[in-house]
Amino acid sequence: MSYDCERGSKNLQVQFVPDEDVLEHIIDKQEGVKLRNSTAAQRLSNAKSLTKNRNSGHAEDETSEVWKEKDYVEILGTDDGADALREGLATGGGDVYSFQTVKRSHKMAQLASEMARTPGKTVTFSTHESPEEATSPPASSKKQSNNKTPSKGKKPEFISTTPHRLRKRLSAPELRSDSESDYSASDSDEDIADRPATAKTPSKVSQVPSEASQTPGKTPSKRGKKKSNLVEEYFEAHSSSKVLTSDRTLQKLQTPKLDQETLRKLLEQFPSKFADDLKNLTEKHEALFYKWMLQLHLGFNIILFGLGSKRNLMEKFRTTLLQDSLHIVINGFFPGITIKSILNSITEEALGHTGTFRSPLDQMDFIAQRFKEEPSLELYLLIHNLDSHMLRGDKSQQVLGQLASISNIHLLASIDHINAPLMWDQSKQSLYNWLWYETTTYSSYIEETSYENSLLVKRSGALALSSLTHVLRSLTPNARGIFRLLAEYQMANKDNPSYTGLSFQDFYQQCREAFLVNSDLTLRAQLIEFKDHKLIRAKKGPDGVEYFTIALDLGTLTDFLDMEDKEG
Amino acid sequence: MTTSSVSKGCFVFKPSAKKKKRSLTAADYFIESLKNSEDGRTRFESSQLLWQQMKSQTEQLQEELNKKLFDNLICFLKKSRTDFQDQKNDWNCRVRSSEIPTAALLLGVNVTDHELTFNSLSDVLKEHVTPYVVLLQAKECTGIKLLLQKLLSQIMGCEADLDLDEEDDHAPINQRKMNCSMASLTGWYQKMSKKASSPKKKRPASSENWHAPPIVLVFKDLESFTSSVLQEFIVISSRYCKELPLVLVFGIATSPMIIHRLLSHSVSSLLCIELFQSLSCTEHLATVVDKLLLSNQFPFKLSGRVLQVLITIFLYHDFSVQNFIKGLQLSIVEHFNSQPLSVLCCDLPEIKHRVKSLSRNQLENIRHLASFMSFVESQTPEAQVKLLTDDGYLKAMAQKFLEDLHAYHESYIPILRCLHNFTCILPKYPLGKQIRELYCACLEKNIWDTEEYSSALNLLRMLAKDELVATLHKCLEVLEPYSGRKLDSTVCRIKEFMTQFKCLEGENLGNLDDEEMSPQKGLQKKTDLYQLQKTLLEMKETRRTKKPTRFESLRLQVVDFLDDLVRHYLTRPEERPLYEVVYFSAAGVLRKHLNAVPRVALHTALNNPSSYLKCLENDGTLSSAAPDICIAYKLHLECGRLINLYDWLEAFATVVNADDDSDLDSLKQVDEMTHARFIRAVSELELLGFVKPTKQKTDHVARLTWGGC
Repeated sequence: MSYDCERGSKNLQVQFVPDEDVLEHIIDKQEGVKLRNSTAAQRLSNAKSLTKNRNSGHAEDETSEVWKEKDYVEILGTDDGADALREGLATGGGDVYSFQTVKRSHKMAQLASEMARTPGKTVTFSTHESPEEATSPPASSKKQSNNKTPSKGKKPEFISTTPHRLRKRLSAPELRSDSESDYSASDSDEDIADRPATAKTPSKVSQVPSEASQTPGKTPSKRGKKKSNLVEEYFEAHSSSKVLTSDRTLQKLQTPKLDQETLRKLLEQFPSKFADDLKNLTEKHEALFYKWMLQLHLGFNIILFGLGSKRNLMEKFRTTLLQDSLHIVINGFFPGITIKSILNSITEEALGHTGTFRSPLDQMDFIAQRFKEEPSLELYLLIHNLDSHMLRGDKSQQVLGQLASISNIHLLASIDHINAPLMWDQSKQSLYNWLWYETTTYSSYIEETSYENSLLVKRSGALALSSLTHVLRSLTPNARGIFRLLAEYQMANKDNPSYTGLSFQDFYQQCREAFLVNSDLTLRAQLIEFKDHKLIRAKKGPDGVEYFTIALDLGTLTDFLDMEDKEG
Repeated sequence: MTTSSVSKGCFVFKPSAKKKKRSLTAADYFIESLKNSEDGRTRFESSQLLWQQMKSQTEQLQEELNKKLFDNLICFLKKSRTDFQDQKNDWNCRVRSSEIPTAALLLGVNVTDHELTFNSLSDVLKEHVTPYVVLLQAKECTGIKLLLQKLLSQIMGCEADLDLDEEDDHAPINQRKMNCSMASLTGWYQKMSKKASSPKKKRPASSENWHAPPIVLVFKDLESFTSSVLQEFIVISSRYCKELPLVLVFGIATSPMIIHRLLSHSVSSLLCIELFQSLSCTEHLATVVDKLLLSNQFPFKLSGRVLQVLITIFLYHDFSVQNFIKGLQLSIVEHFNSQPLSVLCCDLPEIKHRVKSLSRNQLENIRHLASFMSFVESQTPEAQVKLLTDDGYLKAMAQKFLEDLHAYHESYIPILRCLHNFTCILPKYPLGKQIRELYCACLEKNIWDTEEYSSALNLLRMLAKDELVATLHKCLEVLEPYSGRKLDSTVCRIKEFMTQFKCLEGENLGNLDDEEMSPQKGLQKKTDLYQLQKTLLEMKETRRTKKPTRFESLRLQVVDFLDDLVRHYLTRPEERPLYEVVYFSAAGVLRKHLNAVPRVALHTALNNPSSYLKCLENDGTLSSAAPDICIAYKLHLECGRLINLYDWLEAFATVVNADDDSDLDSLKQVDEMTHARFIRAVSELELLGFVKPTKQKTDHVARLTWGGC
């Protein structure tokens, strides 16, 4: 991370700097200022020559990339073959974190059709690459001439975005065919034009969105801009508030939203394709269990990262090794988890302390004291998703870090979010004393995404509904009638966007008409009971009158009314 | 018992009481984690022993390094106290007495190491100056009230420790009920000092301290304190500074400017600030490297790459010596865990015994070591056979190798230091300014093959005499303690050089006269132009081919001697048989665990699943057979700021259903299964932080990352 307050920009900007760029810095330092200027210039010239002559541009860029990675590997001392290979395959953080650039909406469909076209096959690029590489010398000579002008105020990183993207596109796992390009409208038009001839299956899908969304008038101007400056491209991508996506919505589907239950059932039926590989992966990780234990005992804490749910792995660890010791499992992904509940479960359940604490800090002190006094006491904390919404706050992390720093509390945690390491500053990191383990499992995050907060899933509100019926069942018929009245009123107004609720006066009037109450006092008493159960919400309107609404979404409300009808 | 529930997130598991509790120790886990557990316990024990020794050594170092700083601080505190006591005398003192004495402690940016410094500081202060030391952290003091509470509870707490036997009534102070204000603190302090001065209380040691021990307040991380809290506190306490000998200590990580940025002028004028600078972390590291790695005290060594990884993490990530030492600890554990022959990594006297008790298996392990193999290849066929078949012979040889290795280290380090003494005075430091750089270079490759080394030698050949002599003197100092049988001759040679240089001094004058006189004599005569030109040309010739002076030849000799030493002693450890026993070289492992790249791992897994899933083996491209999340990820890379879910789903369906040749119309309608898979993939991407729901447009998600394709 670096504080980047470059000339001109007034607001301080925290920027993530990936290892690669740090490396650049390292190289700069080692080779002196001269080199820095030249690399900056080189990169810029790459960008320039790229626009003029794309082929030679990226070929050269690629060589510099290769050089860089080699150097990186060398500096950080990865020498064993497999590791170096991985390093070569893997891409730096810069790929995940480069700048935003203009994208076209039809790209996705295009890519999809291409992937579909070659379902197990590959489009290799090595053959196209070699001649391109051969043409690189002219580009490098160009760089010399360009040397001076650009290196002045521009950071190399700033410029590198597009070439980087392009370079990646060509070097690493590639899916796109050669002829296609991001930049020239004519190219992609051609692409679309000859697709029907080459590909049968996807033509329908790919063509419709692409042509619908493409705005022919716009592309040429965009192209011209790009030639003038890549920096402008960046701003263009950021400034355009207009969203260039199609306007279609999920309503077009037969089942716009699945609910949680059917989703789960469907996915259970879906067979896993890579059972063998996944088993190998997990076995590899499971072989490390004893090592983890050893390192936990030596005062380190262990953090697991990598794609795929690590819940099963940690659960396995727990069941195989922790059966005979005091341990706490904390589901970070649980939406109701708080730092207080974690501390409480330590003090109350694990340590058997009955008493309350004024603040988490006090509680922390107590725990630290207790563990200091009893060196034989050992506690294992297993935290699934340390980076969840509820735990990622600064204070929670501080407390957890302090817990982790106690010598007889051992912490094993997992993170999934790409930005998770940003949670910690130096001091927190030293509190945690992490040892990192990559455990890519590819298993799906079933438990982690199950708490009804995911996109696309219809909020079934099963929980809310059942609690509602429970409360209502214990009420008098009149009270139920009152609630129903409000619910029906709300349903009747569901299409009214300015609906604020039922005012008390109207409510009373309607209740009287339905013989549900005989005075406004009884109604008020009833409403207070509802309010206490958090079934309804009262809000003062602009005229000072109270308005009542039911705090449930329409679907749940409809379900409720249906159920009531059924029950009679 | 399951660990998933819709109502709670913490699950406590207690071991069942009736089950006999058999707690495994770290040693057991160590043995369990080995592939073949031979010598496991010995290995674990020697690793622990080694680590403990190193740890205590680092602690001792830390103490020594802090000593000067602490001494200064204590001096300052004592002075401020005497000022406080005889305040009435001097006008100057009286002005000062209205100011709170403050020590600004510049600790550097390596925040992680500060904790240790503060802890030892408070220990030292408690021992030498005052029992009333309060450590405050910004996160505990978000308001002035909290700050005072913390201050009072800590002070009275430490007082309660002191008089446990005295009165019981105030020992269990209830913080909650206590009225926390400076006034109450003053009252308490006066009570305490009165009590202390009363004769019935006998404090034999350092009794004068008890008259008015100052209250030392340490603000551990000044930068994080809110300025209003600090200002209020300072203003309040300045009112009481007549009655209360308060001293502040600011822990500063950045620069002293921060004081003025935090405190307004009117407030900072209430302080009497003195600056204290702690040792910089790079110097600290240099000492640690010097004492831990460049010593023969420990049998364990780091290979060049490992050392480089550790130093890179230090220099480019955190500047934390603590983390460096942590890395060292990890290397020790890893080494003993991964190398079965590490059982031989022990002190010299132990080796004989351990070699003797090597099992057949272990001997086989020796035979498989790369360094041993290359040694065998260089032997005669008979010796080869003997080495590969005769266990007894192998044992004897192994012991000899290890002793050789030890002897090699014995001379390696002093020679390295000598070389460093020479190269660190050169302009531009061709071989690095710090000895650790030189050490890394020497471990990596034969140093004399590098360009830097030859340029360094060239520079050395131009060294002035006084510098050369001084350096030789330093080398002598380095070598003297090591003057064992091996390096004796070296010491003698250097001494010889020194005396020769000394002799030169005497002769020098005469020599110079000689040389300068002769050409000048030639010029004295009257000559014509042609003659003059001729003589001048001749002189030029002679100067070029001139026989070097005695000093120059001696200097050449010294440099050649140094070169010989380097070539003889500073060979790479890899060339020694059995070097694997003491050198830890798995730099990749170390880096993976200490300086991991979670984003890159995630990126690789998503972009290139075939690197993990072998059944997708196809040159790294992504096909429809890849996991759903990878397909969804790949597709989303093509989008801009917002992603239309419907389009995404459609594209996803196209890819996923590419295999079965269903007719085109079915594509229009995405089947439920695909839909469900898509939902899962998207919600997983959301969990990973690539997309998030947005309200800007219906059924769209916002992309959170850029690039990546």
